[in-house]
Amino acid sequence: MAFLDKHKVIETNATLLMILSLLVVTIGGIVQIVPLFYLENTIEKVEGVRPYTPLELAGRSIYVREGCYGCHSQMIRPMRDEVERYGHYSLAAESMYDRPFQWGSKRTGPDLARVGGRYSDEWHQDHFTNAKSVVPESVMPPYGFLFNNVIDGRYIQDVVATNRMAGVPYTDEMVENALADFKAQVDPLGDFDGLEARYGEGAFGTPVNVRNFDGTDALTEMDALIAYIQVLGTMVDFSTFTPVANR
Amino acid sequence: MWDYLKLIGLGLMAILAAIAANYAHDLAYQVNAVTVMLAAGISFLFVLRTAGDPRPNLQHEYFDGVVRAGAIATAFWGVVGFLVGVVIATQLAFPQLNFEWAQGYLNFGRLRPLHTSAVIFAFGGNALIMSSFYIVQRTSAARLFGGSLGWFVFWGWQLVIVLAATGYVLGATQGKEYAEPVWYVDILITVVWVAFLVAFMGTLFKRKEPHIYVANWFLLAMILTVAMLHLVNNAAIPVSIFGSAQVQLYAGVQDAMVQWWYGHNAVGFFLTAGFLGMMYYFVPKQAERPVYSYKLSIIHFWALIFLYIWAGPHHLHYTALPDWASTLGMVFSVILWMPSWGGMINGLMTLSGAWDKLRTDPIIRMMVVSIGFYGMSTFEGPMMSIKAVNSLSHYTDWTIGHVHSGALGWNGMITFGVLYYLVPRLWNRERLYSLKLVSWHFWLATIGIVLYASSMWVTGIMEGLMWREVDANGFLVNAFADTVAAKFPMYVVRALGGGLFLTGALIMCYNLWMTVRAQPQRVTQHAAVPAE
Repeated sequence: MAFLDKHKVIETNATLLMILSLLVVTIGGIVQIVPLFYLENTIEKVEGVRPYTPLELAGRSIYVREGCYGCHSQMIRPMRDEVERYGHYSLAAESMYDRPFQWGSKRTGPDLARVGGRYSDEWHQDHFTNAKSVVPESVMPPYGFLFNNVIDGRYIQDVVATNRMAGVPYTDEMVENALADFKAQVDPLGDFDGLEARYGEGAFGTPVNVRNFDGTDALTEMDALIAYIQVLGTMVDFSTFTPVANR
Repeated sequence: MWDYLKLIGLGLMAILAAIAANYAHDLAYQVNAVTVMLAAGISFLFVLRTAGDPRPNLQHEYFDGVVRAGAIATAFWGVVGFLVGVVIATQLAFPQLNFEWAQGYLNFGRLRPLHTSAVIFAFGGNALIMSSFYIVQRTSAARLFGGSLGWFVFWGWQLVIVLAATGYVLGATQGKEYAEPVWYVDILITVVWVAFLVAFMGTLFKRKEPHIYVANWFLLAMILTVAMLHLVNNAAIPVSIFGSAQVQLYAGVQDAMVQWWYGHNAVGFFLTAGFLGMMYYFVPKQAERPVYSYKLSIIHFWALIFLYIWAGPHHLHYTALPDWASTLGMVFSVILWMPSWGGMINGLMTLSGAWDKLRTDPIIRMMVVSIGFYGMSTFEGPMMSIKAVNSLSHYTDWTIGHVHSGALGWNGMITFGVLYYLVPRLWNRERLYSLKLVSWHFWLATIGIVLYASSMWVTGIMEGLMWREVDANGFLVNAFADTVAAKFPMYVVRALGGGLFLTGALIMCYNLWMTVRAQPQRVTQHAAVPAE
C-alpha cells in the first residue's frame, strides 16, 4: 500500500497533522447538524404550541436544576406500547421553545412528555413531598423543600427577555408584563385577563392554567414546578397535524 | 516584568470575583465567585513570594512536576467519582438515602451530574492531561512548552472541577447531559483547554524526533475535537453576568442533535481517542514490545476520527429527530465497529511474543483486560445503535451498563495500569510497594465490573420487555411502577459491583502511597535523555 508511505509527510509536520485532523472531524457534524436549521420539514407545522408563561418558565428551570432529566424522558416514541402508555408520540414542534431540550435519555421514572392534566395538583403536591405515598414502588427523591422556597419573580423579566433574544417569539407585551403575568397565574381571584389574552385561548387555542398550584398562600417554587408539569404535552392541536412520510 | 503582569491580572481577578459575589443573583453563583476569589488570592500570594527569584534553566530536564501532580489528582478524583457513583447507585436501590434534611442538595438528581462529571472530566480529564504531558515530552525528547503553562493547565482544570461540582450541588446546571457546567465555567474550560493545546502543540513543534509518535496523533485529535464540541454545544446567552442562569442558543430538535453530537463524541474523543493515545504509549512500554502494526495505526486513526463524529444521532432513534439523521447515525455507528477493533487488535497484538508476562505482571494484565473491555463495549455500542435493538434498549438500564463496561473496564483499568507504571518512575522508586495488592485491585475491579454490567443487562432487557408486553386483548400488562419494583435486586447487585470497584481503587491509592513513602530511591538519577 504505497499511499501509506506518504503518511510520513503528515506525521513529520505538526501543523499539517493538526489541520487535517480538524478537517476530518468537522465533516460529520456539518452534514448532520446544519440541514436541521433550514430543512422546512424538520419541525412540523402545527397549531397550539406557545412559548411558556413566565411561571411555567420558572418551573422549567427548577425541573432542569433538580436534574429531573436524569430519570425522566420527555419524548414519546411512535411505538405501540409507548403510545398506549403515554399518548400520541412527541412532535418536534412540541419542544421548539425548549432551551435546553429535555428529551432525556433514561426512564428510571416514566416519560413526562404528556403528563400535563393527567393528575390533579393535589396528587403532585403529595407525590413531590413523598412519592411513595401515592406510588408505593417509587424510588423518586423527596422534593417537599420546594414548598418552603418562596419566589418573587425578581429576575423573571430578564429570563423572558433572554429567551426572546435567543429566538423564542415572546412579544414586547409579554416581556413588559412578565412579572405581572408571573404573579397572576397563581391567583385565580385576581386579574389574569392580560395573561390569558397573551398566552391563552384567543392567542393559541388553549386557556392558560390559572390556579393556586401548591395549595399554600405563598407563591413558591412548588407553584412554578406544578404549573410547568401541568402544561406538558397539552399544547398541540392534533387536528392540525398530518404526518409526512419523507421526514 | 511577566511576574508583575501576572500579579496585576490575579489581583484584578480577585477583586472582580469579590464584586461578583456581592451582586450574585443566586447562591451557586455566589459560592463560585468566592471560590474564584480565593483561588486568585492564593495564586497572587504564591506569585508574589517567588517574584523576581532567579529561574534555573531547566530546558535539559523533563517537566515532571505537573505530571506528578496529575497522578495524585487522577487517583484522588477517581476515588471521589467512584464514591459518588456508589452513593447514587445505592440511592436508586434504597431511596430513603435521599435524606429529607438534605433534599435541596443531595438528591439523586443533583448528585448524578456530580458523579458523571467527576469520573469523566475530573478522573478522566486529569488522566488525559497527565498522560499527554508525559507522553508528548518523552516522544518529542523535549521539555513541555511554555514554562509554567503546564501548571496553569493543571490548576485551571482543578478549579473547573471544583466550580462545576459545587455548582451542581447548589443548583447551577445547564441541564445538558455531560455538559452541565454553566456559562462562566464553560468560559474557564475554554481558556484552560486552549492553554492545553498550546502546551501540547508547542512541545510537538520543538520536538527533536522527526516523526510524531502515534500516541500524539490521538491526543492531538482529542484536544482539537473536544474544543470544537465544547464551543458549539455550550453556546448560550447568560441571563445576567451576575447569575448562573442562561438560555441555550438552540432549541428542541436542533439542540438535541447538537447535544448528542457533543455527548457521543465526549465518549468518542475524550474517553476513546485520548485513552487510545495512552494505550499506544504505555502498553508497548510495559510490554517492552513495539506497536504491532504501523499501517493499522494509520488506517484506524483516520477512520476512527472521521467516523466517530457521525455516530451521535443513534442516541435519538425514533424520537422527533428526522429519520434521515438517525439512519445516518446508525449506519456510521455500525461502520465504526471496524476502526474501533483496529485499535483493539493493535493493542492486544502488541503483546505477541510477550504473552507470558500476563502470568507474572499484574499491570500488563490490567492493560490487557482494559483493551478487552474496550473491544467488548465497541462491539456492544454498534449493536445497540441498530434501530431494532435500540427500540428495546433505549431509556433502559442496558445503556447504563454499556457505558460502565466502557468507563470502568476500558478507561478505569487502563488508567490504573498507567498510574502503576508512572508512579515508581515519576518519584524515582525502584519498584511498586506491592504487586500482590495490584493483583487484589485487579480482581476486585474485574469482578465489580462483571457484576455491574451483567446486572444492568438483566434489568435493562427485563424492563424493556416489560414495558412493551401486551396481553391477548392488546392491553399493556405492566404498570410502569411494576418495572421499578422488579429491578430492586439487580440494583443491589449493581451497587455491590460499584463498591468492589471503589475498594480496588482505595487499595491502589494505598499501594501508590506506600510506593512513594517506603520504597528505596532508584540509584541513578535520570535526567532528560532523548526520547527512548
